[in-house]
Amino acid sequence: MNLTLHIWRQKNANDKGKMVTYKAHDISTHMSFLEMLDVLNQQLIEKNIDPVAFDHDCREGICGMCSLIINGKAHGPWSATTTCQLHMREYKDGDEIYIEPWRSKAFPVIKDLVVNRGAFDRIMQSGGFVSVNTGSAPDANATPIAKEKADLAMAAASCIGCGACVAQCKNASAMLFVAAKVSQFANLPQGQIEKKARVQNMVAAMDREGFGNCTNLLECEAACPMSVSANFIAQMNREFFAAGIK
Amino acid sequence: MKLDPKTPTGPVAAQWTKHKFDMKLINPANKRKYKILVVGSGLAGGSAAATLAELGYQVHCFCYQDSPRRAHSIAAQGGINAAKNYQNDGDSVYRLFYDTVKGGDFRARESNVYRLSEVSCNIIDQCVAQGIPFARDYSGYLANRSFGGALVSRTFYASGQTGQQLLLGAYSALSRQIGKGAVKMHTRSEMLDIVVIDGRARGIITRNLVTGKIESHVGDAVILATGGYSNVFYLSTNAIGCNVTAAYRAYKKGAGFANPCYTQIHPTCIPQAGDYQSKLTLMSESLRNDGRIWVPKNKGEKRAANDVPENERDYYLERKYPSYGNLAPRDISSRSAKEACDAGLGVGESGMGVYLDFRDAIKRLGQNVIKDRYGNLFEMYQRITNEDPYTVPMRIFPAPHYTMGGLWVDYNLMSTIPGLHVLGEANFSDHGANRLGASALMQGLADGYFVIPYTIAHYLAAHKLDGMTADHPEFKKAEAEVATRTKKLLSINGTRSVESFHKELGRIMWDNCGMARNKKGLTDSLKKIPALREEFWQNAKVLGENEEYNTTLERAGRVADFLEFAEVMCLDALEREESCGGHFREEYQTEEGEALRNDTDCCHVTVWEHKGENTKPQMHKEPLAFEEVKLVVRSYK
Ligand SMILES: Cc1cc2nc3c(=O)[nH]c(=O)nc-3n(C[C@H](O)[C@H](O)[C@H](O)COP(=O)(O)OP(=O)(O)OC[C@H]3O[C@@H](n4cnc5c(N)ncnc54)[C@H](O)[C@@H]3O)c2cc1C
Ligand code: FES
Repeated sequence: MNLTLHIWRQKNANDKGKMVTYKAHDISTHMSFLEMLDVLNQQLIEKNIDPVAFDHDCREGICGMCSLIINGKAHGPWSATTTCQLHMREYKDGDEIYIEPWRSKAFPVIKDLVVNRGAFDRIMQSGGFVSVNTGSAPDANATPIAKEKADLAMAAASCIGCGACVAQCKNASAMLFVAAKVSQFANLPQGQIEKKARVQNMVAAMDREGFGNCTNLLECEAACPMSVSANFIAQMNREFFAAGIK
Repeated sequence: MKLDPKTPTGPVAAQWTKHKFDMKLINPANKRKYKILVVGSGLAGGSAAATLAELGYQVHCFCYQDSPRRAHSIAAQGGINAAKNYQNDGDSVYRLFYDTVKGGDFRARESNVYRLSEVSCNIIDQCVAQGIPFARDYSGYLANRSFGGALVSRTFYASGQTGQQLLLGAYSALSRQIGKGAVKMHTRSEMLDIVVIDGRARGIITRNLVTGKIESHVGDAVILATGGYSNVFYLSTNAIGCNVTAAYRAYKKGAGFANPCYTQIHPTCIPQAGDYQSKLTLMSESLRNDGRIWVPKNKGEKRAANDVPENERDYYLERKYPSYGNLAPRDISSRSAKEACDAGLGVGESGMGVYLDFRDAIKRLGQNVIKDRYGNLFEMYQRITNEDPYTVPMRIFPAPHYTMGGLWVDYNLMSTIPGLHVLGEANFSDHGANRLGASALMQGLADGYFVIPYTIAHYLAAHKLDGMTADHPEFKKAEAEVATRTKKLLSINGTRSVESFHKELGRIMWDNCGMARNKKGLTDSLKKIPALREEFWQNAKVLGENEEYNTTLERAGRVADFLEFAEVMCLDALEREESCGGHFREEYQTEEGEALRNDTDCCHVTVWEHKGENTKPQMHKEPLAFEEVKLVVRSYK
């Protein structure tokens, strides 16, 4: 099939950027969305046009590197699916597709569709860990953990840090990302000792990075490729209030 | 090149304890005076960087992705082994050691494997303490599953995302140290050279992938933890960015490359669907517990899978290996699938696939049980292929997945360049000619958390601090070389895309240095590869400039290295005149077509030393002695 693509082109962080229209030819329905962009890039290179830059690495939906707003939706139309797992059978000959980078003040554009998500790393550095030095751990089975708690922690921990939650949110809030990490540890005995400081530090870091406030629109949950539940936001809010009570 | 494995003396079970006592220590207050460069933030690099910073060293860590959390360790699904014996089913450090040596087809170093088994238990303790949500039983205690090549249940897992959880654990520990200022993290940074001064590794040259800036970094020791090179085949289960560049540049500066021909082709991957395809996706080996593998008995079978009657199906693994059946080890299953397809019995549009059929398991256990066990894998399969594996058999085909070969290291994980240490998949040490499932995660974390923190102190303590800076002429020289090479890539101005060169190289390697190899194919490849490389430097099309975010340039540099490295792989495959593990040389097989190992002439590690451009590298051998585990022929009949 042949497609018309409207793609955000921006040479670097200082460039203003604009949408540019390309025709992509000979796209097979079996291709993944990123393979379709590979084909487009080959076609551009043949014409000596700078290929479109986009982030990607594992191409199996787990590293969190790929992004893209596709026709207004983070990671495109399929639910619980990253861009690299979206396949072209979703589209038909003649379709027009709008492709843009994550939009958020906290994620500045580096080039074209590539953004800087360093803010997420800095939030993690402020408290997204259990402070245990290598070598000082007790036997792994010393503390049994109820299966439901472990499963809940796992559901929170499955966040891939892609930033879709922020990109889809009208307020560009990072609540779901932060809540997932806070809740993972809050549901485990290992996370208890530092739980107050953790939630306070991570929330403060989130504010410092310029992410917006959460107004419970739940767009984040719908956009999350790992289906991380917005219930964790409620859990984080409880943790945050409890931490404030002396 | 001198290969001294530095194996401690005495009984294998006491070696690590003795060695730890014998090694030099560094006073806690002095540690902060030493700077260590860690290239790679996967399980191996991430765990090393975090632990070394906890100990007080100044650490700089590098990765090519935008965050250390995205290293390809993240993609591991299945699990991690440890000799905890929580199931009380007879496991022990010794048994894990035994299984790993035997699984590796007797081509690994006993001392290293024993240490790996010994520290495996500490890994699980550490990971649980970090808050990694491993799967648990209703009792609240840790759950285990079994994996190929073992008769005990020793594999720990976190849903189907074990690698992700382990990596996020290491990433958390690393983040904590970055937050404290103990680690300086350099993301979107690619290492392009290593700097050796007075015979010691003293630094690296990197290119900032966003700005193109070439930078020198000085250290008292360098650690490479840059992963495997399966992407030499173009299509593999690795991430798009996985490369041999860091390891290969170190090789060119004098680090020996060990067993480059040992690669693992994983039997259960989704087959290639078209020419445009950029990568292959793994389906966990665990599927083989309930799926039955078959091909039609008749060539050119046109009917849909479900219409092929029972007596016209060949369940070839069950037929050939009745006692292991569909759970035959990876190397054997992969080779059998290839044989079937080569004989014209393959399925799917391309004929490069075999069926993995759940019909009988669903009949026996019900769809819900199968869904419970493999639901997420079935979904992933359907998303990619648009076929429903509950009603139509899956199609699978082998794909390059892991590389047992890597930079040669001694017992201290140091390469032949003093001060250059190599961890994780990037080194060669523990898996011999075939890696057992769930043991790469174990090795990466063992190296990073529990081995290198001890052995690097021993190295550092023996060398005085000398105030080395990046103004040293060797750094300037290396920077200039990197800049020249980049300029050269950008000025080829050819007409053929970098990707097409990579594809063609991959094809050569897959056909001739993949699942089965023979002298003729390898000799031919050794002619084709240099010709392709020549054409690359004449005719590759690399657009843009250095001073920008330039993904074509990035790719071109990696492909250029693969084009050189592939030759070393083929040479190695040619020299190894036996079939062992993942290395099946067609000339060396039994009458029944099974691998024929040659312990008389080939019981060694082959190590290659770079001798200059367009010159054949020199071959060295580290003999392997098996004192604990008796050399036997593996049989799966
Ligand atoms: C799909 C898949 C599933 C797997 N499943 C399992 C499993 O279930 N159990 C198991 O035990 N093993 C499994 N393995 C194997 C295992 O995951 C890997 O061997 C292991 O994670 C490698 O870890 P590492 O730290 O050595 O390398 P990686 O995790 O690959 O990390 C490499 C690091 O080096 C950096 N890097 C690379 N090159 C450069 C450069 N030139 N400059 C700067 N930085 C660089 C990267 O940015 C990255 O940070 C699986 C592998 C794959 C591909
Ligand atoms: S590329 Fe890794 S999640 Fe999409």
